[in-house]
Amino acid sequence: MKVLVAVKRVIDYNVKIRVKADNTGVETANVKMSMNPFDEIAVEEAIRMKEKGAATEIIAFSAGPAQCQETIRTALAMGADRGILVQTDVELQPLAVAKLLKAVVDKEQPGLVIVGKQAIDDDSNATGQMLAALLGWSVGTFANKLNVADGSVEVKREVDGGLENIKIKMPAVITTDLRLNEPRYASLPNIMKAKKKPIETLAPDALGVDVAPRLKTLKVEEPPKRKSGIKVKTVAELVEKLRNEAGVI
Amino acid sequence: MAVLVVAAHDGKTVRANVANAVAAATQMDAEVHVLVAGSNAGEAAKSAAAIEGVAKVLQAEDAAYANWLAEDIAPLVVKLAPGYSHVVMAADSVGKNIAPRVAALLDVAQVSEAIKVVSPDTFVRPIYAGNAMATVQSTDKIKVVTVRPTNFKAGAGGGSAAIEQIAGTGSAGLSSFVGAELSKSERPELTSAKIVVSGGRGLQSGENFKMLETLADKLGAGLGASRAAVDAGYVPNDYQVGQTGKVVAPDLYIAIGISGAIQHLAGMKDSKTIVAINKDEEAPIFQVADYGLVGDLFQIIPELTAAIDKK
Repeated sequence: MKVLVAVKRVIDYNVKIRVKADNTGVETANVKMSMNPFDEIAVEEAIRMKEKGAATEIIAFSAGPAQCQETIRTALAMGADRGILVQTDVELQPLAVAKLLKAVVDKEQPGLVIVGKQAIDDDSNATGQMLAALLGWSVGTFANKLNVADGSVEVKREVDGGLENIKIKMPAVITTDLRLNEPRYASLPNIMKAKKKPIETLAPDALGVDVAPRLKTLKVEEPPKRKSGIKVKTVAELVEKLRNEAGVI
Repeated sequence: MAVLVVAAHDGKTVRANVANAVAAATQMDAEVHVLVAGSNAGEAAKSAAAIEGVAKVLQAEDAAYANWLAEDIAPLVVKLAPGYSHVVMAADSVGKNIAPRVAALLDVAQVSEAIKVVSPDTFVRPIYAGNAMATVQSTDKIKVVTVRPTNFKAGAGGGSAAIEQIAGTGSAGLSSFVGAELSKSERPELTSAKIVVSGGRGLQSGENFKMLETLADKLGAGLGASRAAVDAGYVPNDYQVGQTGKVVAPDLYIAIGISGAIQHLAGMKDSKTIVAINKDEEAPIFQVADYGLVGDLFQIIPELTAAIDKK
């Protein structure tokens, strides 16, 4: 079984982002970029499936500017076998990415597609669900644990009230939550080996996908700042302030 | 055209956040309908009919809808959607699961987790864990929007909308529900609690979280946690407050032993009053706190619990 994983290049989760002065977006020049953390979990899960013999080949997919090659290389260094980059400088929104992924799925026929539940830049939490819809496949969102057996996947999902178990038919799309696994670091020899692994580069047109954004971003602003607070010295002072100043207890 | 709010429910009542979603929906169009799909959803449909601002409730009965599987619910919403300008769901684990599937089947974008309705086609939504606010305009004919419940004040109850029975669409046969392992708690639900007490890695163990439970019970508070505390296994996943967990905005948020990573701040910085208790005076949590107390939480928690008793 082939497994397709999608990896997004995002601003590193440790970077404090800055809104551009002209309010058109967030500053990305000279900012450290990394693989979306939820996608690392997706790559790790695919590698574990391969190590257990449940998967035969792992394809790492990314879409965006040429630099997304680096993100794919990271996945290859972790243990993916080959990469596919759909290269475009157009701003890609979840529906467009889902359509690109569908076109690649139609070609590659994987048994599972594993993606992060959410990218930490646009926080949309939509691409995996959209891909499953376009394919007419089932989806296991917010996966906490997976068990692949007999043409179906048992998915333990993180939901509002706790955990939920569902069984979905394969082929299927999985979106990863934080506690599915702890992604490995790529070793130096594997980073070297990854340089020789193939990456195929495609254009959206070649896949017949219109990637034009459906949501127009009118402006991006700083969130309102909280007024700076005070330090209290004792518990008694804290309780007094909460009772008489804030009036919340 | 009217707005369709898709309501999650437990068979007896719709979730509390449906009223918030309806409040958001009324800002998109004056006429709001609520879809209650389920198996024996009569009581839940009645609870939806009582929400202020609801003009009509559509009740769809089908055994396939019992457990809210996206594969089965989405086709029903898609079938109804052409009669509406917007499809709205609360941005909880049900809405996040189903709404994008609906959007893709309609070939429209989803506006995720809107916090403000600027106009019927323009919304404000947080990006980068709430460190930036994007104003986006949808160019699609039908707008699929998930809304952050804490940003829309629920109206009063007491409404009496008509309930119309509609046909179900059956099972897609792709997925099945096996079971749930839900946390049992007598405490107020995290996202609707007036006071939330949250603990982080500073608590050092699940055992020590009991101290927070005592404090939370004294305050009538909901209990939350940082990702670090959940990852360390101190408490279950549904306690997590943050960018990828739950977003809360209570009147009072007490963060104990939480350093305040931006991912955590994303889930609580809209709280009215924030208290931070941490032994590290440089901890970023103090930057958003109205009242900060530097010290050893193992001394402070019992002292605070006792002080709240003394009125």
